[in-house]
Formats: sequence, structure tokens, C-alpha cells
Amino acid sequence: MTDNPIVTIDESDESGRKFNLNFGPQHPAAHGVLRLVLELDGELVERVDPHIGLLHRGTEKLIEARPYAQNTGYFDRLDYVAPMNQEHAFVLAIERLLKLEIPRRAQIIRVLYCEIGRLLNHLMNITTQAMDVGALTPPLWGFEEREKLMVFYERASGARMHANYFRPGGVRQDLPPALVDDIEAWVSAFPKVLGEIEALITGNRIFKQRNVDIGVVSKEQAVAWGFTGVMLRGSGVAWDLRRSQPYEIYDELEFEIPVGVHGDCYDRYLCRVEEMRQSIKIMRQCIELLKKTPGIVLADDHKVTPPRRGEMKRSMEALIHHFKLYSEGYHVPAGEIYAAVEAPKGEFGVYLVADGTNKPYRCKIRAPGFPHLAAMDWMNRGHMLADVSAILGSLDIVFGEIDR
Amino acid sequence: MTWRVSDEDLGALGERIVAAVGAHACQVANGELTVGAEAVDIVAVLTRLKEDPDFAFQQLIDICGADYPQRPRRFDVVYHLLSLTKNRRVRVKVEADESMAVPSATSVYPCADWFEREAFDMYGVYFSGHPDLRRLLTDYGFQGHPLRKDFPMTGYVEVRYDNDLKRVVYEPVKSVEFRNWDFLSPWEGAGYVKPGQGYPELLPGGEGSGSRK
Repeated sequence: MTDNPIVTIDESDESGRKFNLNFGPQHPAAHGVLRLVLELDGELVERVDPHIGLLHRGTEKLIEARPYAQNTGYFDRLDYVAPMNQEHAFVLAIERLLKLEIPRRAQIIRVLYCEIGRLLNHLMNITTQAMDVGALTPPLWGFEEREKLMVFYERASGARMHANYFRPGGVRQDLPPALVDDIEAWVSAFPKVLGEIEALITGNRIFKQRNVDIGVVSKEQAVAWGFTGVMLRGSGVAWDLRRSQPYEIYDELEFEIPVGVHGDCYDRYLCRVEEMRQSIKIMRQCIELLKKTPGIVLADDHKVTPPRRGEMKRSMEALIHHFKLYSEGYHVPAGEIYAAVEAPKGEFGVYLVADGTNKPYRCKIRAPGFPHLAAMDWMNRGHMLADVSAILGSLDIVFGEIDR
Repeated sequence: MTWRVSDEDLGALGERIVAAVGAHACQVANGELTVGAEAVDIVAVLTRLKEDPDFAFQQLIDICGADYPQRPRRFDVVYHLLSLTKNRRVRVKVEADESMAVPSATSVYPCADWFEREAFDMYGVYFSGHPDLRRLLTDYGFQGHPLRKDFPMTGYVEVRYDNDLKRVVYEPVKSVEFRNWDFLSPWEGAGYVKPGQGYPELLPGGEGSGSRK
């Protein structure tokens, strides 16, 4: 063993300043399995090359080999932070091809649970964004609320995360009245909690120093790079599919679309916080509607939707329907469709090609995070190394949907 | 800016697009407009759709491939465009095959970069003029194009950690057997017929033949 050699740095020598850094795939700020190859000049980022696909499971290939009914489960596992929003796009695509009417109560439940998904996502994102820049408390507070929301998922569908609750024609089963009351109680208590979380982050000096004027995206850039959702609205484009291309009952509901001004990481954070308030507003209206809208929650066209268990004990026809639906499945008429929903991260779309059989011929999943992550390179150029994790945090990346 | 555009309006828009960009067909189905174009023209078509104030499709939402092995040109490359100002969507489709390059759309829509890399990775569609056409989603050193219909579901290789070699090794697939259940009813839609008893539309070359694999 020798003594530590003394390193002398020749300031005029440029060769040692430029180097590559491997960020991830195992890195707490990489939000999953992202490998970034960073080309640095000292601490300045010159190029970012994201290597993705470490969570690639071939979802689109698997979907092609299964009857339609077995595929909704895969959509929970895409963006696993807000599972039902993904299912929504897929069932909408099937319903449009089948020209299926959805009972009103089911539409309300879907909107209610999509907004729960939005809260799940934004609670996760804003608090981990704070963690990426050094704050440890916000995620703990956020996750406490997420846990309560997951209980609502569980009470509706039986699973905390991978719900598989939306079905073509409606939802799997009705919500018990006690659950609606509990969601209502949570909705009235949550604004206070959100205020507490905001008190931790919004005015926080360190959080602002790390996020204001970082990762600025202009309106033109946001449009050109295919940004959707908060990434687009944070840059001042008032575009929300719930408002501009409404589906389900969104056109009857009252809510506002928050829009950012500067297009930086901080504005995107503020947009997400405000969107949570709007989600609360939507959920309140849904709960009210649910209480005065009784009825079925799954279309009673038993060529597509399974009959109830009790019916099967009495009716031969129901038994046959059940057998056919759970072996052969239903046939979707040939055609193609692109169904998009405003998922918490942006436009989540499903391009479905049906060939008239019981399996999709092609199912392309358009994940909102995919073009956002593709923009990592130019968004980071000229920023410091420490800003990489701040920008990544504000992009709202989940690898389940990007790698598929 | 109304949503749920009527089929007539979409059809009219489609006619205007076909007239303006030299696309060869337009079709309205399920409330959506699809325009077919030639692969060599795609950059001009997309540029016109983006720049022309009548169309104003500012955003490229998605590019994806699709594989139809029975066709002479087996791949479809499907572009989904969105107009934020007109609140319209359009789907542009071009055909390609393994040996034919589709001009890259990156000069029109920068976000085409990764979408084209993905289509190249999954289907082997080659995009000419793309700045950096590398694989995107599959493993380093991966061979083949997994979303092609002739690519087996399980793939060709599997990986495991070898405790003797102290590294991950690649081996031919043997641990999984892919089960493909065919639940299609034998009473309807079957493509097989007994010799001499077939309906004319089910005979080879007739309409409806080969509808079921």
C-alpha cells in the first residue's frame, strides 16, 4: 500500500474535463429502470442518450395472442401508478368498434376512478419530484394518501393496483354505497392534506432554486415534440382531451384546466397541484351523480359482457353465454380505431386493429411518457448534472408504459 | 372546434387532403379519417398537413408499424396526427416491405425520432434519412424484429445467471412452452372445407379464403 497519490490538475488541460457518465439503470432518481448515458463537460451536460427497454415485456405481442377480455389486465401494468386510466383507453377502443352503449352509472364510476388515478399519479409525481431535489418528507405524506386511494381501488375491484375493473360495456361490478360514502369523506378531508403537502414544497426555497427556470419548454417546442398532458399545459397550451375531445360524461362536469406560464419544472409542478384540486371537484360531482343515478353498471348485451353468477344458476342461456365468453371470447368486427384518453401523464392512446376474430390483430399503445422521455436530450443540454434528476422528475416518467 | 366531427365533414376533409397532397385514398370509418399515401411521398404529405392552415396538424401523436405477411408489401407504417387548433385527428398510412426505405419524418416532426426507432426495432422497417436509427426497446445485441407475425412469441433465446461462469448467459429457449389456445368456434368462421363440398367463397382464391389462420 502506498500513500494516496496527490492528484495535480492542470487547468489548461481540456482532455480531463469531458467524460461520460452512466446514470442508472439502478438509480433512485431514475424513476424505474432508465439508463442515461450522459456526456459531460465538467458538470455541464452536453448530450443525453437515454437507453430504455429494460422493462420491455412485449405487451403488444402478448396482446395479439389473447382474446380481448384477457388483455385489460396488461393495461394495468403499463403505467402502474394510475392503472385504471390505461384500461379506460383500451375498453373505449373495443366499445367503439363494437358500437356498444355504456350504462350511465358505469360512465360515472369510470370518471370517478379515473380521477382517483389522476390523484394517485400526481401525488406520486410531485412528491417524488421533491425527493429528486432532496426533500424526503413529501413522499411519505403523499404515499399515506395514495394508500387510502388504493384501498378504494381494492374495495371496488379487489386489487390495490392491478385492478382489471373496467370492462367493455361498463365496469366489473357496482360500488357498495358505503364505499361511495367513504370516498366522499376522503374527498372532503383531502384538500387540507394537499395544503399541508403544498406548504412543504410550493414555497420551499430549495425546491424553487432547483426547479424554477429549469427545463424550460416553449409552446412551439412542446407542440413540435409531441408533448401532451401537463407537459403541454405547463408550457401554456390549453389542451386537455377531457375538455376538447370529451368522452364519458366529462362534457357535463365542471372543472378548469390549469395552464402554466413559463414552461419550466416549477410550472409543471404547479399545474399538477392545481389539477389535483380540479380532480377533487370532479369527484365531488361524480359522487353526487352516483347517489341519484341507480342502474346497471355493465351493459346487458351478453354476447359481450358476462352474465351475473346468480343468473347462471337459473338460466341455461346465461350458462352458455358464460362458457362462450370465457373460452372463445367475443368477436370484434374488423376495423381499426384510435382511442385516446387524458391519462394523468398526457394522451394515452390505443390504436387497435381488429380482424374480426376474438383476438386483436395489432394493438399499439401510445404512451404519453414516450415522447416526453425522447425530449430528454435537448431539454438537458446546457444544464448542470444535478438538474438532470430535476428535469426527469418533472417529466413524470414511469417505465411500465414507456417500455411496454 | 366541435368534437365528434360528423362523417360528412371528415369525408370532405379527406377529399381536400387527397387533392392537396396527392394521397391515393381516404376513408372514414368508426368516426375516424384514414388517408393512404405512397411511402416515397410521406415527407411531402406530412409537411403539407402540418404547414397548410386548412389542415394545421401541428402534432405527430404516434408512428407505429403493423405487419400483414400475406400482402406483397407486408408492413403498414401508420402516422397519427392531431390538430390542436382545428381539433381534428387524421391517420396516414403507407406501405413498406423489408427492402424498401420509408423517408424519415424527423425533419417535419422532431418527435418522430423515437417512434421510428421503435418501428425499426419492432418490425425492421427502415427509415432513410433518420439521424440515429438504432434499436430502442430490445436488448443490446438483440437479433430479429419481435412484433413481426412470424416471430415466435417466446423469442429464440432466454437468459439466466450461470453460477459457474459468474455471468448472465444466453441460451436457446427451453424453459417455457408457449401455449396458443385456439378457441375459435368450429361451427363458424372456419376456413377448412371438405374436398368437393366447399362453398365457392371458401375455395382458394375466392373471397373469404384465408380469413382464418
